[in-house]
Amino acid sequence: MDNTVSDSANPGTVPAAGFWQGARDTLPMLVGAAPFGVIFGTLASTAGLQPWATMLMSILVYGGSSQFVGVTLLAAGASIPVIVATTLIVNLRHALYSATLMPHVQRIAKPMRAFMAWFLTDETFAIVYHKIDSGEPVRVASYYMGSASAMYGNWLFWTAVGIAIGHSVPGIAGWGLEFAMVATFVGIVVPLLKSRSQVAAALSAGAVAMLANGLPYKLGLMAAAFTGIAVGMAVASVEGKRA
Amino acid sequence: MISTLLLIVGMAAVTYPVRVGLWLGKGHIPHRLKQALAYVPTAVLTAIVVPTVLIQHDHLALDWRNAQLIGALVTGLIVWRTRHLLWGIGGGLVVFGLWQWLF
Repeated sequence: MDNTVSDSANPGTVPAAGFWQGARDTLPMLVGAAPFGVIFGTLASTAGLQPWATMLMSILVYGGSSQFVGVTLLAAGASIPVIVATTLIVNLRHALYSATLMPHVQRIAKPMRAFMAWFLTDETFAIVYHKIDSGEPVRVASYYMGSASAMYGNWLFWTAVGIAIGHSVPGIAGWGLEFAMVATFVGIVVPLLKSRSQVAAALSAGAVAMLANGLPYKLGLMAAAFTGIAVGMAVASVEGKRA
Repeated sequence: MISTLLLIVGMAAVTYPVRVGLWLGKGHIPHRLKQALAYVPTAVLTAIVVPTVLIQHDHLALDWRNAQLIGALVTGLIVWRTRHLLWGIGGGLVVFGLWQWLF
């Protein structure tokens, strides 16, 4: 795609979309992420994480689903290595995003790319990729950072609000807020179940997760994840041979 | 305090390399790895959700009074029919809250 102009290039008659356009296009995502920021902040407080630590997690990890899982595991008494390993698995999908955007960031200087990568999330990927895909002229680095800045500021703000709520509303731990994580994950997985191999991956992962639920340190989660990946690949390769 | 720092730094230390790795390297993932990555979200998220929903207070809770189960089914149904993530999450949350209040 050739609509991706570099920041220094003259964009021509139509001004290419830049920082502010990126921030503006991200607005709907900000509204969607707000309640999750609040719920994360609240959950983290009830899981026993100090306010500074909760804030630091949003600043340094900046990955909503992994942070949700992290504090849920923490509340369940999982050990640090288990939580870190789970974080890695939950965030592996970002490698797919960076692979997809690779052709469009190739002309951006490496230090800038390294900076941009810090803010790669589901939302910013979706917004930036959609813009590039539309064929409209776009200054990728500026547009990306516009979206990323809006998402990052939004996430930190709503995390802080959630921390305040978690500390001021008594009994909020019993409200079942962790269901927000369940709903989010169900909502992410359902559209992925487009092929037999994806359905097989989900079924086998779910079954192993149930059978291995009694294992210590949440090892069942790892076992289930690897089983699901292996079964998905196996079914795809059998189908590929048949076709 | 030290263990909390370790936890957060550890989580960040496995997250950032996944985001930046390809952009600093040759920008190419081996074919097999790419195939495996396609199943990661499905396998991981399902493995987290299924026991969370079906096991309540250390017991299998496969019945219609399980608010998480009903809420998750509603979310799944809405997203499947409408492809709209936020409606699905919102609908699931409302039904979950309602169920918890009713039963």
